[in-house]
Amino acid sequence: MAKTDYQLIILGGGPAGLTAGLYAARDRLKVLLVEKGVVGGQVLVTDWIDNYPGFPEGVTGSELVEKMAAQAARFELETKNGNVVKINLTDEIKKLILESGEELTCQALIICTGARPNKLGIAGEDEFTGKGVSYCATCDGPFYRDQEILVVGGGDTAIQEAEFLTKFARKVTVVHRRDTLRATKILQEKAFANERIDFIWNSNVVAIEGEKEVERVKLRNIDGEEKEIAASGVFILIGTIPNNEMLPLEKLGADEYGFIKTDDDMRTKVPGVMAAGDIRSKTVRQIINGAGEGAVAAIASEHYLSGLN
Amino acid sequence: MAGDNVKHLTDAEFEEYVLKSDLPSLVDFWAPWCGPCKAIGPVIEELADEYVGKVQITKMNVDDNPTTPGKYSIRAIPTLILFKGGEIIDQVTGAVGKTQLIAMLKKVA
Repeated sequence: MAKTDYQLIILGGGPAGLTAGLYAARDRLKVLLVEKGVVGGQVLVTDWIDNYPGFPEGVTGSELVEKMAAQAARFELETKNGNVVKINLTDEIKKLILESGEELTCQALIICTGARPNKLGIAGEDEFTGKGVSYCATCDGPFYRDQEILVVGGGDTAIQEAEFLTKFARKVTVVHRRDTLRATKILQEKAFANERIDFIWNSNVVAIEGEKEVERVKLRNIDGEEKEIAASGVFILIGTIPNNEMLPLEKLGADEYGFIKTDDDMRTKVPGVMAAGDIRSKTVRQIINGAGEGAVAAIASEHYLSGLN
Repeated sequence: MAGDNVKHLTDAEFEEYVLKSDLPSLVDFWAPWCGPCKAIGPVIEELADEYVGKVQITKMNVDDNPTTPGKYSIRAIPTLILFKGGEIIDQVTGAVGKTQLIAMLKKVA
């Protein structure tokens, strides 16, 4: 067996990566977790989590990942900050090339690069990002005290964060392209009962406008009618897209949206390469199954590695 | 000790300490309620230790100091702005990693 820097490298430090790291470190593998930003992933931007078991009173996103990271650290999981720009899977050795030029090799690889917020792709969106356009209610909500703002979307994230934003904003208007919400029922019930939340159905935001900061948005409904409404903030919470830019998608196997396909043991088409968490092609993207998949991927990696030796 | 080299700025100090300084300054606009801000805290402390005498690594709590963030149209945090000679050299929003911040600091030190 050729010599590599690590037996296993885990790419990404969200719940899936941290759980995979915990399992692999406890199994005494020579393992490294590489994270581009800071560990935590998208959970960091989640204000409050009521559906992760073991926290009867609920927990903040940052506290939950802090605990996950501390638990992995207790078993001496080695971590590294770096941006992987290319992955070479042509050999039995998996090679990761970092932006710094550094190269890391391993025998097994778990991809947990996650996903990031989807954009609307409309006029004004990029221009006003950080100046009224936001993808993170918990980061930016308090800047909108006593103001009127918009939330775009109809899923769990959009509806939960709309509720959260009423702590600050005078009025939150949810703009949704359909006439019903996809969000969990209990979230819907709370939102419908909240006097500060209004809904505009069957409508898309087509432009975000203002001078230096966001001042108004242009909406178009399914009948093609347009109208303008005043808003100082627009929170765009319309799902996620995969962080797959550095991945050889064709070789690994991906769905039409660019999420990685795996079998039940999190194995991709390439022997020794697993994927777990939000980067996987699946229908449910929750912290709990991300973490669960991290555990399965780590165990699959152990099986793969023991087959090599 | 960790964090000793991080200067906690107020609105009143900002002009004198940052804009009129001979040394470049990195200002981390943050708030206690912001998860990603908390997550990059340790990175800021490490940078402060490593850039002593080269770049002033500072933090400003936007809840206690509304004037400066308003002046720079900051409506998202964490936002990190790199200043030199009173001018903005670079800025970034979000929980970026240490490597990316070091690349940013290379522009001035």
